[in-house]
Amino acid sequence: MNNSDSMSVAERVEKNLAKRYRAEKRFRIFGMISVSIGIIALIGLFTQIISNGAGAFFQTYVKLDITFDADELGISDPTDPDQLMIGNYDGIVRDALRERFPSVTKRREKRDLYSLVSIGASYRLQSDLRQNPQLLGTTQTLWVLADDDVDVYFKSREDEPFIGRLNDLQVEWIESLAKSNELKTKFNTIFFTSGDSAEPEQAGILGALLGSLLTLLVTLLLSFPIGVAAAIYLEEYAKSNKFTDFIEVNINNLAAVPSVIFGLLGLAIFLNFFNMPRSIPLVGGFVLTLMTLPTIIISSRAAIKAVPPSIRQAALGMGASKMQMILHHVLPLALPGMLTGAIIGMAQALGETAPLLMIGMVAFIVELPGSVADPATVLPVQIFLWADSPERAFTERTSAAIMVLLAFLITMNTFAIWLRKKLERRW
Amino acid sequence: MSDIPVSTPINPMLGDNMQQATLDDRNNIPNAGHGGHTVIEEATQDKVKATEKNKTVGKPLCDNPKIEVRDVSVFYGEKQAVFGVDLDIAKNEVIAMIGPSGCGKSTFLRCLNRMNDTVDTCRVEGSITLEGQDIYAPKLDVVPLRAKVGMVFQKPNPFPKSIYENVIYGPKIHGLASRRSEMDEIVETSLRKAGLWEEVKDRLHQPGTGLSGGQQQRLCIARTIAVSPEVILMDEPCSALDPIATAKIEELIAELSQNYTIAIVTHSMQQAARVSNRTAYFHLGKLIEVNDTQLVFTNPDHELTEAYITGRFG
Ligand SMILES: Nc1ncnc2c1ncn2[C@@H]1O[C@H](COP(=O)(O)OP(=O)(O)OP(=O)(O)O)[C@@H](O)[C@H]1O
Ligand SMILES: [Mg+2]
Repeated sequence: MNNSDSMSVAERVEKNLAKRYRAEKRFRIFGMISVSIGIIALIGLFTQIISNGAGAFFQTYVKLDITFDADELGISDPTDPDQLMIGNYDGIVRDALRERFPSVTKRREKRDLYSLVSIGASYRLQSDLRQNPQLLGTTQTLWVLADDDVDVYFKSREDEPFIGRLNDLQVEWIESLAKSNELKTKFNTIFFTSGDSAEPEQAGILGALLGSLLTLLVTLLLSFPIGVAAAIYLEEYAKSNKFTDFIEVNINNLAAVPSVIFGLLGLAIFLNFFNMPRSIPLVGGFVLTLMTLPTIIISSRAAIKAVPPSIRQAALGMGASKMQMILHHVLPLALPGMLTGAIIGMAQALGETAPLLMIGMVAFIVELPGSVADPATVLPVQIFLWADSPERAFTERTSAAIMVLLAFLITMNTFAIWLRKKLERRW
Repeated sequence: MSDIPVSTPINPMLGDNMQQATLDDRNNIPNAGHGGHTVIEEATQDKVKATEKNKTVGKPLCDNPKIEVRDVSVFYGEKQAVFGVDLDIAKNEVIAMIGPSGCGKSTFLRCLNRMNDTVDTCRVEGSITLEGQDIYAPKLDVVPLRAKVGMVFQKPNPFPKSIYENVIYGPKIHGLASRRSEMDEIVETSLRKAGLWEEVKDRLHQPGTGLSGGQQQRLCIARTIAVSPEVILMDEPCSALDPIATAKIEELIAELSQNYTIAIVTHSMQQAARVSNRTAYFHLGKLIEVNDTQLVFTNPDHELTEAYITGRFG
């Protein structure tokens, strides 16, 4: 023949080999590019969120000399809880502010002055007095919670101050306080220990965190056993006929149904038909269970299918009953795979807002939920609510809440992966 | 002479007619109950022709059988895999089953402890009795049956658990042992009988899947004999093993045959010759010939058997 004949087989293979190496290299580079794009996007996302939200972890406090004046407070016996409740704490804060800025006399200016300190300061003074009744009549130098506008201004003062709703006089006062070191930022414990609030400086994520935790707990406790049981039944017991085919198709379809539909279903069934209360994690859990069940069933079935038939045969050949075969051999081998499905389902459920809006988990709730029957909101809904608020201080809290959500997600997944590794003794 | 039915010559390869023929010929099969072996010794002079012979030649039946198989046919859906097999398996004998790939050896073996129940499409006709008890009786529970008739599979399939747990699994689920000392004893004796004790006694709590292929297969045998079965079915137990591991298993079979009835499917004719007392030759779902092993390999009665053992096909 032609020139291919003149080359030996080895030479031809050699020539071909270089081409194959090049193709292989190209293939690897494509892979690396896609991974890099992913990593860059992730880094961008994280830096964006962290730079936006880091501020929320610090809160500005104002130093004031506060006199616990019995007359001003209207408290004669600081051990009487009733009196403590109705004390005029605002009054003593105002006194302290007026003392600090004696030149302020006009009513409107006074009002502007008073608004520098959060109304949360009064609660703080009340609890101080309750814990320590001797304070009555004394003057204390205290760091009290600043208003959110002051907080935002003070934290952004270094580079480009965000003035927002502050007027010139207020800015002047803040600058004066800042110069004499009467303003400082402390770690924002309130953010991690309170529920939502209309005042950004008093708003915390704990309520939503607990709400998410309770909702997910309900979801997990319902969807995992039900999903696994359904998968076992379908995989091991159900005869394959038209009916089971029909069920299978429907499960696959349900996995693709937009989640808001499950919310509507929950609204119709749990709230309207069973008259369950709105906004509670229990109902939220029910709705998310409906949503995650298909995912868990599908992945559990795949995990069961992946158990080698030889193991089943060995068990049956030893005289194990079907149930023994499933419990002793199939389940332990399938469990890691099932857990993977559960992780995906739970992660989905954690990030879900739409169906929960339908059952009223979007309400403004200040109290921390103590049980699955207490009204609550959840992290993504809280993020949605804050993102929707006009106050600048909520912007950074939105990002901070996203960080909390991500941390929750990462913790949950890490735990699940650890659990899976532990169970995955494939010997 | 006249035992050889000279019925209409039917080619056994033609599936449709085959069952018909088998049914016709049933009456001609010598029945152990009626006077033992009226066997076809005369036929050894001339090989039975494939075309003129539709029933099992040789000695398929025996006195006081442990397992009695009568007219067993197996279907996978519409497809018939085993055609009217009659066979007796005597107590404490080793019977080898040979034949070309796909001829229904595994299918037939799996009927003996009802492992075919696990295949949805599989249907078994005819009767199989274990010591006179019909194992396909509707009321019969497969759990005690499989405790009595154990099975070793082609591919070693230890459970992904420790060696100890592998062996003790059967006794545990059948409630044969509850105290620790009893369990330890069962594990040791079973592993000893399987010739594995010395190799694994220091690593009983390590995974069974960490053993070599041959060791795994012996572990599977140990696991099977831990429940003291009466019959052990082995489906090509050595096909995944090297010659040394194979030799060990064969030795083991020889030892086990003193206490157990063993039915073994094998592709190795040497192996069949070495370990078995009788050999059954299957062809396209039909049991063609059953005879003493020596006879089968030196002077088979049937043309097809001879063709197979001389390597003309399969
Ligand atoms: N689960 C099944 N479903 C359908 N047909 C099957 C099934 N198992 C076996 N068969 C068919 O039954 C026939 C006998 O199969 P079997 O496995 O008994 O053969 P075998 O003699 O053991 O072959 P080998 O020596 O290759 O193991 C074959 O034609 C096979 O295709
Ligand atoms: Mg086979």
